[in-house]
Amino acid sequence: MSDSLITETVEDAVGIARDHANDVHEHDVHAGDDHSGDHGGHHSSLGLSNTKLAMWLFLGSECLLFGGLISTYMLYRNRHSENLGPDQLWDIPFTSATSFVLLTSSLTMVLAVSAASRKDLRNTKIYLGVTSLLGGLFLAGQIYEFTVFYREGLGFTTSLFSSSFFTLTGFHGVHVSIGIIMLVAMIGMLSKEKVSGDEAEAVEMVGLYWHFVDIVWIIIFTLVYLIPA
Amino acid sequence: MTDTLETPSSQDEHAADGHHSPTDKQFVTIFFILAAITVVEVAITYIDIGPLFLPVLLSLMAVKFFTVVLYFMHIRFDNKLFGRLFYIGLGLAVFVYGAALSTFQFFAG
Repeated sequence: MSDSLITETVEDAVGIARDHANDVHEHDVHAGDDHSGDHGGHHSSLGLSNTKLAMWLFLGSECLLFGGLISTYMLYRNRHSENLGPDQLWDIPFTSATSFVLLTSSLTMVLAVSAASRKDLRNTKIYLGVTSLLGGLFLAGQIYEFTVFYREGLGFTTSLFSSSFFTLTGFHGVHVSIGIIMLVAMIGMLSKEKVSGDEAEAVEMVGLYWHFVDIVWIIIFTLVYLIPA
Repeated sequence: MTDTLETPSSQDEHAADGHHSPTDKQFVTIFFILAAITVVEVAITYIDIGPLFLPVLLSLMAVKFFTVVLYFMHIRFDNKLFGRLFYIGLGLAVFVYGAALSTFQFFAG
């Protein structure tokens, strides 16, 4: 990673903060001291959404978590017995189908975010519901796959390969589960009008998390399943 | 219960940057492109393309990854600070774990 990216990011942040300070000053000049409505609570001193900033920072840190898990799997993927390795266990057509399901859920999620930005509550809830169902289908596929592997003799402690594989895909599965909980909770909160603040932004935050889960699977699908050990 | 959502400040941020988010139709087109890439990825695991296998597969993975990040996650249309925060985390992960794996390879060799 280049130093210039960090330098540019800091310069951007300083620039945005300066612009925002000027905006606030102009606002004060034109409207007196009452600027608690537009700039209080939901926006940082950079003039950007606090929630969105926090979510992107969180996703950046998640890259390090999954980076560690993927690296550990890559390191140990050849450490298994003769008949219980990836070549004997993987069912590529089945995993491709589940990957397609997760990819489709990314489309329905982005359509939910789009509907939310148009203030279309009905379609937002429908797309969120379809996304959670597709997520559940992906998760069911993963549980089925784990069950098949276990029946064939691949337990969590069978080999370094199995431990690293189950840890990586298991962690991803937990993230999908959390995503489904977030989706269902969002549908409930939208229905009962319990979302505090900007509802479209709340849907967008769930969307960012869901897409992150999808991009992690894009990497896992290629590195773990498609590239032979 | 109303059928509308409250004012989307995130939309204002997009608009402030002078960029427009893709339409629903464009999102569907992007999805079909991603699906087609996935089909190609799976197909080349069954077809012998020799030494090109790994570079092609990794390139397709990268294309899918960045297409989702740029379009579905709106990095292309949002404030660039958000994207940079994500790319710093991603770059750090690639650098740290790339170095770690290379080190293991070095000592194993």
